[in-house]
Amino acid sequence: MGLLEKKSKQAFTDPLSANNPITLQVLGICSALAVTVKMDTAVVMTLAVVAVLSISNTLISLLRNLIPGKVRIIVQLSIIASLVIITDQILKAYLYDISKQLTVFVGLIITNCIVMGRAEAFAMQNSPGKSFLDGLGNALGYGGILIIVSFFREILGSGTIYGFQIIPDSAYAAGYENMGLMSLSPGAFIILGLIVWVHRISVDIEEE
Amino acid sequence: MEHYISLATKAMFVENILLAYFLGMCSFLAISKKIDTSIGLGFAVVFVLTITAPANWAIHNYFLQDGALAWAGFPDVDLSFLNFIVFIAVIAAIVQLVEMILDKFSPTLYYNLGIFLPLIAVNCSILGGSLFLVEREYTLLESTVFGFGSGMGFFLAIVSMASIRHRLRYSNVPAKLRGLGITMLLTGLLSMAFMAFSGIDL
Repeated sequence: MGLLEKKSKQAFTDPLSANNPITLQVLGICSALAVTVKMDTAVVMTLAVVAVLSISNTLISLLRNLIPGKVRIIVQLSIIASLVIITDQILKAYLYDISKQLTVFVGLIITNCIVMGRAEAFAMQNSPGKSFLDGLGNALGYGGILIIVSFFREILGSGTIYGFQIIPDSAYAAGYENMGLMSLSPGAFIILGLIVWVHRISVDIEEE
Repeated sequence: MEHYISLATKAMFVENILLAYFLGMCSFLAISKKIDTSIGLGFAVVFVLTITAPANWAIHNYFLQDGALAWAGFPDVDLSFLNFIVFIAVIAAIVQLVEMILDKFSPTLYYNLGIFLPLIAVNCSILGGSLFLVEREYTLLESTVFGFGSGMGFFLAIVSMASIRHRLRYSNVPAKLRGLGITMLLTGLLSMAFMAFSGIDL
């Protein structure tokens, strides 16, 4: 039992840093960047991915012995798509403004490689409990990077954090200007590139 | 006519689906290691996007939109919440179909695109293209042009990235920055270069 508990704990903690889905597994970059201009969209996106990934991993793991191997991709896709539709409807109902800002990116969780990747690599072989933890861990590892990127982009790009002004007015009066580039797409690429660098130094991993 | 040329250039350069909207990053990062394969994937994306964009437009306008089923006698039905699942199914089906047709009629093209076609079904840029055309309320012709333009944008971006990475083999990149890190930084620079096109209006 002790061993099992350790393993399921690992399923949860590994993807948080040591095997982070974005910086090390290179999954789910598509949506990681588009929603990071402001922190509030990044947080909502994280919540949406946490919900979809942990539930889809659990469901797929429950059904893993029933899904025929040949059509498994389409079965996984339809489970994921249904969950994303539900998430999208909930966001539209309760957080309309933010769902407008997220535009098509909620829908794109379907093709986010992270969800399919974990379903295929983990949920098809493991028990529902462990798959749930794995989904949760991966989604949080993904969300962590999202929030870090958006933190830098928001503070450098518009001088605010979560909508609150951080850079004092006196700094602007003294000639400080927001870095407009950070709000545009190149800022996202560069910040993420630097984060990947720092993270790989800290966990001591390098590619070929 | 000018309107369509302008739409295509906009989709290709200014609002490049990869560099401005970050769609299709996963395959972009994985495939851009080699120039040959990135040309293959680029063509496959152009091909599939040009076909799926008008197909999904038709599905959305005649079946799913609010009141779209009026021709079948259901004017009050709004199925637009089914967009995601139907689009992804249509894309998967079209990719499969294209694969079979190519195999039958153009074995050379099939041989060249072959391995990339299944990959494309889950490429964000394809689904993203379909979702954008709904969001921006394009017409049929506009969505075809938009699909083609976005595909070409993807093609340009991935081929230039592959060429840059090819040259990069001769440089001494810090060990921990190799791979994903340096690629992201380069993509940032590439995206800055593409932003220089903004403001161009034909």
